[in-house]
Amino acid sequence: MDFEDTREEAAFRAEVRQWLGAHAEPKGRAFETWQSRYAGREGYDGLERAQAFQRKKAEAGFAALHWPTEWGGRALPPIYQVIYAQEESRYLVPRGYFEIGLGMCMPTLFAYGTEEQKRRYAPAALRGDEVWCQLFSEPGAGSDLAGLRTRAQRDGDDWVINGQKIWTSGAHWADWAILVARSDPKTAKHKGLTFFFLSMKSPGIETRRIKQISGASHFNEVYFTDVRIPDAQRLGAVGAGWGVAITTLMNERLTSGDLRGPDFEEIFGLARTTALEDGPAIANAAVRERLADLYVKTQGVRLTRFRTMTALSRGETPGPENSIGKLVNAPKAQEIASFAMDLLDMGGVVMDKDAAPLRAAFQESLLSSPGGRIAAGTDEILRNIIAERVLGLPQDVRVDRDLPFDQLPTGSR
Amino acid sequence: MNFDFSTDQKSLREQARKFLAEHASSTRVRRILEGAAPFDAELWKGMGEMGWMGTAIPESHGGAGFGYLELCVIAEELGRSLAPTPFSSTIYLAAEAILLAGSDAQKKRWLPRIAQGEAIGCLALSEGPQVATPANLATRVDGGRVSGAKIPVADGDVADFAVVLAGDGAGGRAGLFLVDLKGAGVTRTAVATVDPTRSHARIALEGAAAEPLGPAGQGWPLVERLLNRAAVLVAFEQLGGAQASLDMAREYALGRFAFGRQIASFQAIKHKLADMYVGIELARSNAYYGAWALSKDAPELPVAAAAARVAASEAYYQAAKENIQVHGGMGFTWEFDCHLHYRRAKLTGLMLGSARRWKDLLVTRLEAGAA
Repeated sequence: MDFEDTREEAAFRAEVRQWLGAHAEPKGRAFETWQSRYAGREGYDGLERAQAFQRKKAEAGFAALHWPTEWGGRALPPIYQVIYAQEESRYLVPRGYFEIGLGMCMPTLFAYGTEEQKRRYAPAALRGDEVWCQLFSEPGAGSDLAGLRTRAQRDGDDWVINGQKIWTSGAHWADWAILVARSDPKTAKHKGLTFFFLSMKSPGIETRRIKQISGASHFNEVYFTDVRIPDAQRLGAVGAGWGVAITTLMNERLTSGDLRGPDFEEIFGLARTTALEDGPAIANAAVRERLADLYVKTQGVRLTRFRTMTALSRGETPGPENSIGKLVNAPKAQEIASFAMDLLDMGGVVMDKDAAPLRAAFQESLLSSPGGRIAAGTDEILRNIIAERVLGLPQDVRVDRDLPFDQLPTGSR
Repeated sequence: MNFDFSTDQKSLREQARKFLAEHASSTRVRRILEGAAPFDAELWKGMGEMGWMGTAIPESHGGAGFGYLELCVIAEELGRSLAPTPFSSTIYLAAEAILLAGSDAQKKRWLPRIAQGEAIGCLALSEGPQVATPANLATRVDGGRVSGAKIPVADGDVADFAVVLAGDGAGGRAGLFLVDLKGAGVTRTAVATVDPTRSHARIALEGAAAEPLGPAGQGWPLVERLLNRAAVLVAFEQLGGAQASLDMAREYALGRFAFGRQIASFQAIKHKLADMYVGIELARSNAYYGAWALSKDAPELPVAAAAARVAASEAYYQAAKENIQVHGGMGFTWEFDCHLHYRRAKLTGLMLGSARRWKDLLVTRLEAGAA
């Protein structure tokens, strides 16, 4: 038992370190992001900067390590992707533009697209020249994705799309999208879906930003009015869209990530530098107990990831243990934010960057962390997944499974 | 990255699991729960024949000289099966104390016998219903004779010798001492605890012969080092017990029907089991880190041991308590085995000091590391 890289992994890590050292700017503190330092500054357009970095990354061969070599990858086992991500996380790289395209859309295209389509789209996605988004969730279909209602109707060689998607990251800058829509509402809900890709510049698409609690706008609503997609851009058979969507979502689980905000280190630092009524916060028994709990969870998730890496490094399929990461981290982020503000007492509400500790990172996290417990699988759905896929417990009783979709009961929300 | 047990260690686990499934079945555990015997002597003998007692004892002292990772693997299986033996007292505490602080003569005298399964040891630390501190330690050594009362002492009624913490100077100064429990001035009385599958005693010492173990005045730091090492090993026992509790709950929920369906199909039950699983995996990862630190004698051990102890104590208690809940009315009957883990979870959660205290220790150690 040790934490060492194999010889090949160590050589790769050294290569990555050298390259990043020459091409990226190191972080000032652990949870700093490119956005938190540069967003909004003149001359710092996130997309442009991200594309410039992505181009260099693709040329150096780091952009899609596990892809086949013919598409610009290195055909390396997943452990190398983890090593690259570990190293890159020490640097200020504008993120959030290409993850969906490279991590979810392209793997789906590789599985279901034609050779010509792969040739046309993969290199451009790899270099960051074209950005992709994923049109899945709808106002009436979140955790229950298969309940989606956006219609796809066949018209000659085309399909005509009408309806609405929501929670689409990056739709406002994306060039292309993958889409799952309902082609047959008369059949059972999982059987009436068909999967496509389309240009986001297609006539009839309207994108609106959603303003979140935090004031940020990471997501969009996307409206479709008679949007036409050639049948050649269908992925998988008509009515087989659910299976294709599962392929996409399996890849999401590999890409979804880390806590973006203050973590144990920051709350520990705050407790050591903040005074309470009876002395330093770190000396208060109640504070110490909560710090210990947070440390144990933080280490638990970190070390669990090492177990997953070990399986990958040995060429084994990781066990189910990695499914706990987001379920532990997302509520923990919210707890750390709220606990930090409690330590600051009345002053905890202040959100002016110049007047609040860590430039108001805790207060910002209070407002952004609720989203972390919902996006990419709610806490409740993750518990279901652990119960069903890890522990082998039965699925819930499904009243909708075999009914025709257009006869399912719906509510007003 | 190689943060897992090796193939050899995993086959040792399989071997141990198989042996204990047969020799430490619930029927056997219940013999100790309900009978007069303080521990399962036949099982203890079998464990000796398997060579488990000598796992981490060096070959030069009659052990097998494997190492602590192997001992962790065995500990997890002992915890899973609830094996009613004095293994933890003898191996994680007494043998470790001698390895840590013993003279060559002391090692030569005790370790080969322990490794052969011929000697049982224990640690006599607690003196009643309060946390032991330098301020309230009443047992004292004077001129090689120790006097005082220790309660509870796990396996104190069956052990051949005890490692005793006793004052050896002014101002809370203490030392560790080896006491032959079969000698003069020792009175042992069995004490009832919440877990009758593990025997405990009150040991009254009245001028019993006490041989210094390690340097005078170093009792508290030695105990701290000893408890760190034991915390990792006990964490593996707790992990095994927690996993067994989750397995029981899962099996019962799959077989029990209510409202026309398996209760395992209700989210109230599914989410409860998922939470048990999360707690166990967090504990498992922290315990593995403790195992690594213990096996390498790494400077990270004090922090890793405290985190492992906190995570495992809480995961086991949560799993054992919720296992009863999943079983409904049958869960709180004597007949069902749920209570065996519920008892053991609380016992192991206190035997080296409560999670409350270890959390405080953990933060103290993190502060020292950050200073």
